[in-house]
Amino acid sequence: MQPHRVVVVDLGTGNLRSVTKAVNTVSPDSEVHVSAEPSVIAGADHMILPGQGAIGTWLKQLELGSKLRQAVMSALGDKPVLGICLGLQALYRYSSENGGQNGFDLISGSVKHFSEAGTGFGSAVGQHPRKIPHMGWNRVTHTTDHPLWKDIHDGERFYFVHSYYADSQDPDQVAGQTEYGITFTSAAAQGNLFAVQFHPEKSQRAGLTLLKNFINWNGTC
Amino acid sequence: MPLAKRIIPCLDVDRGRVVKGTRFVNLRDAGDPVQVASRYDQEGADELAFLDITASSDNRDTIVHVVEDVAEQVFIPLTVGGGIRTLEDISRLLNAGADKVSINTTAVNNPDFIREASQHFGNQCIVVAIDAKQVDAKPDGSIQWEIFTHGGRTPTGIDAIEWAKKMEQYGAGELLVTSMDRDGTKNGFDLDLMKTITSQTGIPAIASGGVGTLEHLVEGVIQGGADAVLAASIFHYGEYTVHEAKQYMAQQGIEIRL
Repeated sequence: MQPHRVVVVDLGTGNLRSVTKAVNTVSPDSEVHVSAEPSVIAGADHMILPGQGAIGTWLKQLELGSKLRQAVMSALGDKPVLGICLGLQALYRYSSENGGQNGFDLISGSVKHFSEAGTGFGSAVGQHPRKIPHMGWNRVTHTTDHPLWKDIHDGERFYFVHSYYADSQDPDQVAGQTEYGITFTSAAAQGNLFAVQFHPEKSQRAGLTLLKNFINWNGTC
Repeated sequence: MPLAKRIIPCLDVDRGRVVKGTRFVNLRDAGDPVQVASRYDQEGADELAFLDITASSDNRDTIVHVVEDVAEQVFIPLTVGGGIRTLEDISRLLNAGADKVSINTTAVNNPDFIREASQHFGNQCIVVAIDAKQVDAKPDGSIQWEIFTHGGRTPTGIDAIEWAKKMEQYGAGELLVTSMDRDGTKNGFDLDLMKTITSQTGIPAIASGGVGTLEHLVEGVIQGGADAVLAASIFHYGEYTVHEAKQYMAQQGIEIRL
């Protein structure tokens, strides 16, 4: 594996250390920087955009510096990018979280709360409701061949924890789907972008394989 | 449903070592946290829970280092509880590599702390730990449970079921329900307690306290309605591996990650 410079964009939420350690584990020769410095982002070969918690807070961090936003947007345009959790949701046009938030609009569709998907969720539905958050190991079905699926079984389980889900409009931008009451986009792909709703850094072997595939990926399909 | 039920080995950590007691007392040494955690990871644990039972506040930093060390080698979700009092405590644990924190005493002393923590870090990482003990039946004869704090030593007068519902409203993302009557007994979960909580809340719930056999794990899911089952001693002393537990549950028709 070629050594790479990888930037894990630090927008102040979530467990960035685990992402970093996981990349170190699969690619010991790569330099991994956790950073919100525009120059570090610009100088990286690969960008990982992780995020947990509330998307409003997360996007606000990005808006704080216009240079930071510019660096991230520019990387989204040409570097191999892996979005994780909020890093997937932010690629859509709109999320209904935090009173409604505009995303980067690079993948068509929007992000909704599971309760917007209809009945069958939450506590008010009798004996066997689907809990929110969707938390635990669920199956990801491949809907397309992609270099990031190399050595990963179709239907492999990954670790999820989220209350909002991506509702894609363009099937060509869906790389993986998961069922939880509804079928939602658990992996999206568009050119140099690959984004997942689950947490590869917490998905044991399968997650590490995906991260390794990402480091080896040149951003084309 | 394709979402798998989770098996969570729990490591009680005292001054950096894994220990296991019975009914919250009589501690026995059960090993080095990193070694124990790595073994469970290899065996297929879906998640790990660490409960810091260190009494002295001087040793509080120890758990942060334990989490850092474990998170370097183990890439599954880690939940850490015990002695969490401030947003800063949560922040340190999450930065060390924890994915979730479980909070008991501080939630009881100040329920708004759960609201703040959930708003600040997202509800996905806020687990409320409920230590419940059966008390005298209600006038109508139905069972009731009271919650306890400080590692099970302090009664609160709070009804466990009402508390579970309140914590959901306050923004808890998950409930860790331990029966103090069963903890360490190996007689199985308090299934009435679990069932009552899981049928009245809409967030994931972990059953804890009392596992002695693999059948108990199955009961927790099927009869108790738990989304995850937590156990300590059956795994620590090698009675069963996590893999054996998962195979058994899968044979009983439970959706499991194998």
